[in-house]
Order: sequence, then structure tokens, then C-alpha cells
Amino acid sequence: MPNEKPLVRFVDIQKSYDGDTLVVKNLNLDVAKGEFLTMLGPSGSGKTTCLMMLAGFEPATHGEIYLNDQGINKVAPHKRGIGMVFQNYALFPHMTVAENLAFPLWVRKMSKSEQDERVNKALAMVELSAFGNRRPAQLSGGQQQRVAVARSLVFDPDLVLMDEPLGALDKNLREQMQYEIKHIHENLGLTVVYVTHDQSEALTMSNRIAVFDDGIIQQCAPPEVLYEEPDNAFVANFIGENNRLLGDVVEDAGDSVKVKIDDDSGVVHANKINVEGVGSRTTLSLRPERVTVDPEPGSVPNIFAAHAKELIYLGDHIRTRFTVCGHDDFIVKIPNSAAHAQLEEGATVNIGWNVEDCRALDPSD
Amino acid sequence: MANSEAVATPGVLLTADGTPLKVSLQKSLRRSKLRAMLLVLPPLLFLVFLFVLPIGNMLLRSIDDSLVNQVLPTTFKEFKAWDKTTDPPESLYAAFYTDITRTLEEDKLLVGKAGVRMNYDKPGWRSLIKISARKFKKVEGPPYKEAMIEIDKRWGEKEWWLSLGAMKDERTLGYFLNAVDKKYDFDKNIISVDENRKVYNLLWYRTLLVSFIVTIACLVLAYPVSYLLATLPMRFSNLLMICVLMPFWTSLLVRIVAWMIMLQQQGVVNDTLVGLGILDTENRLAMMYNFNGTVIVMTQILLPFMILPIYSVMKTIPPSFMRAAQNLGATPTLAFLRVYMPQTIPGVGAGCILVFIVAIGYYITPELVGGKDGRLIGNMVAYHMQRTLNWGLAAAMGTILLAAILILYWAYDKIVGVDNMKMG
Repeated sequence: MPNEKPLVRFVDIQKSYDGDTLVVKNLNLDVAKGEFLTMLGPSGSGKTTCLMMLAGFEPATHGEIYLNDQGINKVAPHKRGIGMVFQNYALFPHMTVAENLAFPLWVRKMSKSEQDERVNKALAMVELSAFGNRRPAQLSGGQQQRVAVARSLVFDPDLVLMDEPLGALDKNLREQMQYEIKHIHENLGLTVVYVTHDQSEALTMSNRIAVFDDGIIQQCAPPEVLYEEPDNAFVANFIGENNRLLGDVVEDAGDSVKVKIDDDSGVVHANKINVEGVGSRTTLSLRPERVTVDPEPGSVPNIFAAHAKELIYLGDHIRTRFTVCGHDDFIVKIPNSAAHAQLEEGATVNIGWNVEDCRALDPSD
Repeated sequence: MANSEAVATPGVLLTADGTPLKVSLQKSLRRSKLRAMLLVLPPLLFLVFLFVLPIGNMLLRSIDDSLVNQVLPTTFKEFKAWDKTTDPPESLYAAFYTDITRTLEEDKLLVGKAGVRMNYDKPGWRSLIKISARKFKKVEGPPYKEAMIEIDKRWGEKEWWLSLGAMKDERTLGYFLNAVDKKYDFDKNIISVDENRKVYNLLWYRTLLVSFIVTIACLVLAYPVSYLLATLPMRFSNLLMICVLMPFWTSLLVRIVAWMIMLQQQGVVNDTLVGLGILDTENRLAMMYNFNGTVIVMTQILLPFMILPIYSVMKTIPPSFMRAAQNLGATPTLAFLRVYMPQTIPGVGAGCILVFIVAIGYYITPELVGGKDGRLIGNMVAYHMQRTLNWGLAAAMGTILLAAILILYWAYDKIVGVDNMKMG
């Protein structure tokens, strides 16, 4: 994947709509050729604005966007040659599916026969060959979505942008389409910039995910890195489920710290990631599946007594809510297997975790 | 038991107690249907009394010609018997005399009204009837022929008697013929009226022309305004919307008078042009009291009828369509022409139909600013209703207008589809 020359480069991009607030604050991001990059973040975090600037529908207030090493700030949208799938597909309602697909070819003045050939190929790719003569309104949501994808690809763009393309679909269809888009990306060697606020979608499809918040990329990394090694409390919280313990650093051992939890009931030994020295505030982040129930004494450095408040049976695992160190929303996922003791509500057990799994991050609010 | 019944009438679904499902369903829905009927009743009555009945009455009036028959029943009987080549026989004179004297006793006004009606087919009948009715009292008895000719020598001329042939039927298409500059001759053949009496064909043509020009002008003016309304940020579009609606809230007369001030020979526009040296003062433009005046003022007055439907359709077109088209490689102009404009067709169609329908029957504006060559057919309808009291002709013109609108609506349905029309 790592290519010497990135296909897209955002350099020092800033964007403001009203001149008072920055929607995008100093964005620097490279997208490699063939990469599937997802911009993930809550609404209002600036991700869609970035996509619109790349497509050319919004001018950057400051900075430059490069496509194939060419600055494209002054290039009109219709000259950029970037494919795009819109949030509500934006299929032209007065044209048939085939006419929709032929539109980008028609404006490029291709011959009728070549148009037909490409349209048929694109329809075959999304398995809608029989639907060419229908109007978009006569298709289901999933079919419209496929047509939108086909239309964005039919003129062979190097780069395809997708703006929450699956937002309007129901859950099953959404998951199915995630795989289809992923496979199209792999088969055609496309470069995709994908915007979503759905983290599982991002984790499923992406090579890299840029997590946006407040106009800033909080972290840009492959999915597994984001999940396993979040750089800050926002990312830890936004990606996957996360237990948060707030406290103060009381001892700094270089690559690990000891943190006194706020209610004074314990000192946790944690991995030092994104925290200052002794005396500073920190958020400890711990994944629910990395907690061991009833560990052997001494097997892990952090062992605390926990009070099981609530058990929810979810089939493959049992989601258990404990009170630990004064926090009563500490979640632990206990695999549903014979090796694990059956807990009951109200029981008190020891739980424990490793230093590496507990990351000391910045003090979030 | 229920089971055997179900077998006996296959295909009829039964409820648990054995009554057919359809009957039960009807019963259960009766109350809500009744309530719905009650709610619909007031507007229905309103429609019937204020719309359906008057229109039906108008349609009847346009073909009704029973008045003369009512006054001269026996005359027409004798008229039928007469061979038309010889001089009118004494029996015809006698029949006429008895009809008139009988009607004079029953209802004096009817005679006068009949005279007015008969005058349409042959000018002069009104005075002839009037004179005769006054002097018939002095006629002492048969033979009536000589007595009547003595009263007025026109009674001796055969053509007056022949002209009865044009009014002998109780139903007539004569008013419709009149409305398009045709008439019946005395044998009920359709002929054109004299060249110097032709007025209506020109008026129909002018009415269509004005409606067409006004519709096109409204479309040209309304389209960009609607586009702005639909795409500007809220605070600007609200202001613009008020500007569009302001004329709507202003009295029609005030608006027309304002246009008079603008457009007359000594008006603002002419003064400005002369002041700028573009026009000589003796070459001031005639923009009022003529065709131009009618077109200009009607365009302004009907503009909101075009803007609102187009705007309401444009409002529903998300900006992503234009973006998508440009993203796919179309220049902004091409994207507008191929993607945006086709989607506004329902609004354009609705606006055009609305403006054309209102324009085709327009009355007040041409009356005030139309002058001689800006009059439309609507003015003629009013003229015949109020001045000549020829309601039959007015009704026929109204019916033709109604038919024109229905035909237009039908054509629109065939071409664009009424389902696609969006009024707002």
C-alpha cells in the first residue's frame, strides 16, 4: 500500500464558512494510491467539508489540495475527474438507470457504442444488468446505492469519494454493501476516500481511518492500530467500547505510570502513552474484553475487587457491568464458555488487567 | 354449520358468526363513512350552488332559444305550413296577431324581450314588434293581413316573415355561431356575417395571442426569480419572497393605476426616456391604452402565479443533483440544462397552465388599460352581460372559454401528465 507518491495531499488546509470559526483547522493528510481511507467522526467534525473541498464544491479558506502533485484549488469540479457517491445517491430522477450511467460518458463525448459498452460493464459489475431501463425511483434503496456506485466508477476515475453512502440503508443491507464496496475497491485498485460516522463501517472497509473531531484529525492509522493503540481519550472512546478511569499520575516509571484513581480507592499501573509526568491528570482507557475475571493472584499487576451490578446475556458473551474503584459503569465482556465462572448479579469478584492493556491518555473532559 | 355454508358458496369469505365478510366490513365502516360524508357536505353544497349550478345554467343559456317560441307558438305552426315561395297567407298573419295579443295580456314584458331576441337575426324586428304591439289594439278583426300592413308596411315584405325561420327552434347553436362571426341564414344554413360586422374572431385571436405572450413573458421572468428564491440563503430568500408576494397583497386597481402612471404618454418611463435624450418628445412611446398596455400589466399581475409553482418545485430539488452532474464532468451550464431544468418541468407546466387559464378570461386589466386594440374576449362577455343584455351570446362565449381551458388541460395531461403538476 505505501506508495512513494501520494495521490491526494491536503496541505495546511483550513476552512471557515462564516469567518468566525474554523470548521477545519490545519489539516494535513496524504492519501496513497490504491488506499481506502475513511474520514470518521461525529457530525460537525469537519469530515464532509474536507470531502467537499476535495471534490471542488467548497473552496479551501487556506492551504492547498494536491491531486497527482497538481494543486487543484483553482480547478473547477467538472474538470477534476473525481468520482463521487453522494449521501442520497443524487441519481437523476428524470433519466433511466442506463442514462444516468451514460451521463458522464456523454459529457465526455464518447461514441454511442463505447457508452453502451461501458454502461453495460458497469451495470454487470453491480449485478443490475436487467435494470438499465428503469427509473431510479423504481429501484430499492440498495439497488439505487449500487447504481450510484456504478455511476461514480463508469468513467474510470482514479479517485472515488463516498459521502456516507450507506446511511440510508437498513442494517443488513448496509453490511452487505460494505463488503461489496470493499471488493470493488480491491478488484479495481481504486483509491477511495470515504466519509462516515459509523465506526464499524470504517473498521470493516478501511486501510486507514482518519478520526476527526472538532476540525482536527485526532489520529490517522489502520483500524487495528486505532483500536488497540488509540493516541488519545477521544479516539479510545469513539472507536469501540471503552472503560474510562480518571485519576492523577503519582509515579512515572518512563514507559509506565502509576495512577491514583479519583475516589482514592486504588492505584492502577498503566501504560504511559499520552500523559505528562507526576501530578498530571489522566484518563485510563481499558477495553472491556481485556479484563480478566477472577485472575490468579499475581498473574496481572492490577487486581481490584469488583461488584457485579448487571449481567446482560448476549449469546457469545455476557456483558457485565461492575462497580470498580468507585466507577459503576465499568463494562467487562465475559466470553460464554465453560472455562469462565458463572457470575450472578450482586456477587463480588476480583478482576484484573495487564499494564499494556491499560493506556494512560490525555485527561478528557 | 358455518362450515357447510362456506362450502356451499365457495369464494365468499365468512366471519365467525356466518355473515359474509364483506357485509360485516360494510357495517363496521358505515359509521366512519357517514361521518366523512357529513364533513364533506358543506363544501359539496357550496360547490353545487355556487359553481355547478351557475355553470350548468350558463351552458343551458348558451343554447336556449325558447323565448320566441313561447311568444309565437301558433305563428311557427303556420310558418311550417307556409311554402315560403308564395306570399305569406292570411292564416300566418292571423296566428301572429293572436300570439302577440295573447302574450300582451299574459305578460307585456315578454313581447319586448322577444323583439330584442328577434332583432339579433334581423335588425328592425324590435321596432316592428314595438309599433305593432302598440297598434294591434286598434285592429278590429280579420282579415289581419291588410290591417297589419296598414300599421307598418314592413308586414307586407316577405323577408320579415322568412326571417322567422332562423328562430323557430327551441334550441339553437346561433349564439355559438355569433361568437365566431357566423350566423344562420333564414333557412338555418351557416353563413359568415358581413365583413364589416366581424369583431369576435379578431378578439378570440387577440385573446389567445395575449395569453400566449403573457404566459411566455411570465415564464421568462419567473424562472430566474424562482431559482433565486429556492437557492438563496433563508434570510435573503424570505425578503425576496415578500417582494414577490407584496403585489399579491396590493389591490388590483392600485397596481393597475400605478402602471398607468408609469406607462402613459406623460408617464414616468416616457419622461425618463425623453429626459435622457433617447426619445424626442413628439415620439413618446404609446405603452398604455393599447395592446402593449394589456400585455405589460397582465404579465406583472400574473407573475406570482408562475413564480409560486416553479419555486415550490425547485425547492424540492436538492443541490446535490447539480453537484453530482458537475462531479460527473458536466459544466455548470450543461448540468443546469440537462439535470436541473428537466426536473422543474412539473412546476413550469403548472405555472403556464395557471397563467394561461387566468389570462384567457381576463377582464379588468384590458378594460382599464387595453384601449381599443387591447380588448379581450372577457370584455365582450361583460359587454353583452351588462350593456346589450344578450346573455345567450355571453354564455356561449363563456362556454367556449371553458372548453378551451378543458382542452388545454387535457392536452397537458397527455403531454406532461397531470400527476406531475405541482401547484405548491
